[in-house]
Amino acid sequence: MKQRWMAYPYIVWMILFIVVPLALVVFYSVTVQSGAGIRFTMENFRRCLDPIYIKVLIRSVVLALISTGVCLLLGYPVAWILSGKEYSKKKILYLLIVLPMWMNFLLRTYSWMTLLERNGVINFLLTRLHLPPLHILYTDGAVVLGMVYNFLPFMILPIYSVLSKLDGSMIEAAQDLGGDAFTVFRRIILPLSLPGVVSGITMVFMPAVTTFVISRLLGGGQFMLIGNLIEQQFLSSGDWGFGSALSVIMMLLILLSMGIMQRHEQESEGGVLW
Amino acid sequence: MTNDVILQLVDISKSFGDTPALVDMNLSIRRNEFVTLLGPSGCGKTTTLRIIGGFEDADSGDLLFEGANINDLPAYKRKVNTVFQKYALFPHMNVFENIAFGLRIQKMDKKQIGKKVERMLRLVNLEGYGRRSVDSLSGGQQQRVAIARALVNEPQVLLLDEPLGALDLKLRKEMQLELKDMQQSLGITFVYVTHDQEEALTMSDTIVVMNNGVIQQIGTPEDVYNEPKNAFVADFIGESNILDGVMNEDFLVTFMGRKFKCVDQGFARDENVEVVIRPEDIRVVPANCGMLGGKVLSVTFKGVHYEMMIESKGITWMVHSTLMAGVGKEVGLDIHPNDIHIMKRGRTA
Repeated sequence: MKQRWMAYPYIVWMILFIVVPLALVVFYSVTVQSGAGIRFTMENFRRCLDPIYIKVLIRSVVLALISTGVCLLLGYPVAWILSGKEYSKKKILYLLIVLPMWMNFLLRTYSWMTLLERNGVINFLLTRLHLPPLHILYTDGAVVLGMVYNFLPFMILPIYSVLSKLDGSMIEAAQDLGGDAFTVFRRIILPLSLPGVVSGITMVFMPAVTTFVISRLLGGGQFMLIGNLIEQQFLSSGDWGFGSALSVIMMLLILLSMGIMQRHEQESEGGVLW
Repeated sequence: MTNDVILQLVDISKSFGDTPALVDMNLSIRRNEFVTLLGPSGCGKTTTLRIIGGFEDADSGDLLFEGANINDLPAYKRKVNTVFQKYALFPHMNVFENIAFGLRIQKMDKKQIGKKVERMLRLVNLEGYGRRSVDSLSGGQQQRVAIARALVNEPQVLLLDEPLGALDLKLRKEMQLELKDMQQSLGITFVYVTHDQEEALTMSDTIVVMNNGVIQQIGTPEDVYNEPKNAFVADFIGESNILDGVMNEDFLVTFMGRKFKCVDQGFARDENVEVVIRPEDIRVVPANCGMLGGKVLSVTFKGVHYEMMIESKGITWMVHSTLMAGVGKEVGLDIHPNDIHIMKRGRTA
């Protein structure tokens, strides 16, 4: 407690770049500027309830959920292999997972565009093999693909970190008591790795539901996802009030989903993650 | 007697990389026997246990359970259960669920599970602890849960890997007696791993002394203590003075420049041997009255006895006696022929 002053730089940083902007966003969302000055209004939030925007919101959540699910299905087995003793090329595998994160996010997403294009690399190969070409780019499929590709490491790493700390004798004890591989996984490994799964889901779902780059580059459309909608309010329409209202709703949504996850966590594990 | 053998290790060898952990191990374990694998860390005792439990495969050799080869039987199908060194209790389950784990896998009906678990809790003196989380238990209580969790499955053989290692001395002594009682009343074969010779002597029917992956001696506690087969066993079980000597003829040995009568025979004439004498077998007598003369270097009070280091002709003897001789005092040492143990040289692996 003596070294409390060591936190001061960060506190200043937090106030400047997190608390103040957040307060501004909330301020913009409930006010409107007119010739007479600044006036309180709920108009921005009322506009958000328009079916068009609700649809965008639902679409964002659904695509993010699908991506999170795919990430979990792909990531869990990889995390398991990484944490195990058997596989000798673990370091290479780990490197392959982390390596894409060393490259720029935009660059990676642009490269998917090139791959998926009508005359891109994949279709070139497919036609060479006399297979019908695929039309993935500018579909929901491409957006999910982009999300999974970009966010997969955020699923693997937390699960890996929990699994690698799992006491091997726990698994042996379960086998010893008659558990076959499936039972051991279901009764011991999965429940004990749940904290990792929960933080993996959180770390994938949150950026996925708010992304606007992936949806714009790979999804094509302007109103694809809530992220694009918000971006447009600020950059093209200049309607900061509406954009802020959308942002606030988005934040509340994420807060809510995190709360649900945390509650589930506390019920099953005694709450250790946050 | 062979009919009674429940578990048999035949020429089991195992190495980790280039390091041999077990070399041609042969061991028969009888039904209802309390067998202790005793040795220093790295002697292969835990590896042996893990091979029996199915967590490690032997490189060669056979493991027979009631006469049938179980080399390839996975751990979960073996009729043995293990109490792990650090208990390995499941932290996400309460005490009841931990103990019930094996029964639930067997798909036993709920009423019966409840009955069996309650009986186990009573057996290990943890009645009423079923709803407690395992983290809230003390080390000794966790240990009991681990034992109950293994015993509830009614294994034919229970494997215990240094189960009392983490407990304090007093609790350890209590648990030793409790475990021995349980083993006798339940009629289960125990294979117990420890590096604590006293624990081994207290509990076992049979002690298997191991070193560097090789069995040094198999015998009853009395056997391995009183008739150690080689200097390693003598040194490891209890404390010993080990000296170089020459066996002149049957019943006569020379060490410290003096001939001693002894009770061993069957050595070659003038064969070089190792002479082992227990510290408590040396009597301290007035100077000039003993077989050897010496000077007391140090005295340590050990509770029941004094431990004295007595120097005689350049060799320091460890002597345990209830009588104390002051530091610097000249004393005599007397050794009874029965207490001189002669061992062949170079038998220590």
